[in-house]
Amino acid sequence: MSDLAPDTILSVRDLRTWFKSRRVIAKAVDGVTFDLKRGQTLAVVGESGSGKSVTSLSIMGLLSPPGGIESGEVLFRDSKGVVHDLARASAREFRRLRGKEIAMIFQEPMTSLNPLYTVGDQIGEMIALHERMSHAEARRRALEMLRHVEIPDAANRLDDYPHQMSGGMRQRVMIAMALACNPSLLIADEPTTALDVTIQSQILDLLRRLQDQFGMSILFITHNLGVVAEIAQDVVVMYSGRVVEHAPVVPLFRKQKHPYTQGLLACTPNAARDLSASGERKALYSIPGSVPPITALPPGCAFAPRCRYAIDACSSIPPQLEAVGDHHLSRCLRSAEL
Amino acid sequence: MAAIATSTQGHNPGLLVRLLSRPTAAAGLVAIVLIALAAILAPYVTPHSPTQLSIANRLTAPNTVYWLGTDELGRDILTRVLHAGRTSLSVAFSVVIVSSIIGIVLGLVAGFFRKADAPVSRLIDAMMAFPDILLAIALVAALGASAFNVVLALGIVYAPRMARVVRASTLVIRELPYVEAARALAVPTPVILVRHVLRNVTSPLLVQGTFIFAQAILAEAGLSFLGVGISPDIPTWGIMISAGRQFMNSASWLLFYPGLAIVITVLALQLLGDGLRDLLDPRLAKDI
Repeated sequence: MSDLAPDTILSVRDLRTWFKSRRVIAKAVDGVTFDLKRGQTLAVVGESGSGKSVTSLSIMGLLSPPGGIESGEVLFRDSKGVVHDLARASAREFRRLRGKEIAMIFQEPMTSLNPLYTVGDQIGEMIALHERMSHAEARRRALEMLRHVEIPDAANRLDDYPHQMSGGMRQRVMIAMALACNPSLLIADEPTTALDVTIQSQILDLLRRLQDQFGMSILFITHNLGVVAEIAQDVVVMYSGRVVEHAPVVPLFRKQKHPYTQGLLACTPNAARDLSASGERKALYSIPGSVPPITALPPGCAFAPRCRYAIDACSSIPPQLEAVGDHHLSRCLRSAEL
Repeated sequence: MAAIATSTQGHNPGLLVRLLSRPTAAAGLVAIVLIALAAILAPYVTPHSPTQLSIANRLTAPNTVYWLGTDELGRDILTRVLHAGRTSLSVAFSVVIVSSIIGIVLGLVAGFFRKADAPVSRLIDAMMAFPDILLAIALVAALGASAFNVVLALGIVYAPRMARVVRASTLVIRELPYVEAARALAVPTPVILVRHVLRNVTSPLLVQGTFIFAQAILAEAGLSFLGVGISPDIPTWGIMISAGRQFMNSASWLLFYPGLAIVITVLALQLLGDGLRDLLDPRLAKDI
């Protein structure tokens, strides 16, 4: 457990999170491995059902039955340098870590705040829970956090109820709440998905600035590769509970070594590319088919039925995650040819 | 009842105004407030003593001195109806409190903790399967007839209704992102239950509480009428009806006015409850 490199804050090793029912086992996360370095951002990308959210819930210890971690390690180094294995942490250990050391923001800013309390109250609750502070001090700290997340006229917005704020504002409040106790790891589960495009980029800018300021590492869950390019240093692409490609952001965008990543990138709308000079619209590319149910995965490559490069071998031989370049891993039999 | 009205005000400042803009709900609210005031102020506003006997004036028909007549012992009916209202209303209100406490605990446990759901829900179902008044009679018979035991028995009888409402809302709220967010920030479960779940169950609780208030008034009157209620020397509406029933043909005012008091109170509570439900349910459907 102590073999965690000093600059690594989170190391997920061969994590398997399964949902077991009497008849079937759904392997939502099946052997996922990645490292997150201090102060950096790792993006986990994938479609709905790829296992990216279950990965984040596994790290937070928020799985509820029948879901559970089957095997693997989730090593986390807290701010004092102590390494915890979150895959085996007790409820008590998690209570100490959550909020204080690891914080999380969610996709739905509209419903992630309790409608009955003011935002100042909710940020204050969070602070009072983890720090020994008087009510007045917690309120001051809440105000300070609202300023950090760049809410205009913060002193007056402190007593606003969530319904008086826009989606972008609420997401800022969620970020203020998450960062109130200066966590070393922030898990952001699709934090910009429910927001307007202009607000999205504001929130991403904000997260980047706060990362410089607070020095936290970010595990960024998203299905949008465009967002990944904005914020991440490292990218993990997941499909059907497995990592299919893992690379630093620049090489990944320059040359995708897995057909799924290529497909994902081609699916990202690009106004300049899709609308030709004559005004004619090109159809947006979409990957044919849909994610297979994780209870009925094909014997070979899980992506083979949807893959345009698939050969006969793909449907029988399960591909392994192999190095295809410097720090670049891909799970495809034909990676070398792509 | 006044307490419920003010608590709605604190919960949502616009609610009272919106409630008063609905004629039926406003009528219910006004009636309830007047009835509650009359009961509270009974010792100061009633012209006679509720216990003083006056054999000369026994079974007097309503007249200018005794507005609603007198009973078989010459006691003023108006005075007794108002004094009985004190007991009937406070017993019914206490029943709402007791059933809320039991119902909230059972409902939160059943709704929030998956493993507890089946056993607690079956218990609730089993209790609901008993006829209300029969279960209450059995409980009062077992515990002994006193105001406290009547409150306790009716509280237990109506607790499952509260529990169902709380459980249903808890099931919805449990899955909301802000509860998950609270868990992700290590908010202790009891705090989540009270701050995040219970506070958001307030609206349906209020509606259900109003209906249980009305039911409890009827049930208490029923128990008193059947002679298993509060001791007969303390006037309640049910006891007055019970005592007056032998004069049904000769002096019907003995039954009529306490009966009317029950009808008006229950009707007012039902109107208020319907109004509250209409106001609060669409909001619930939108927010949750």
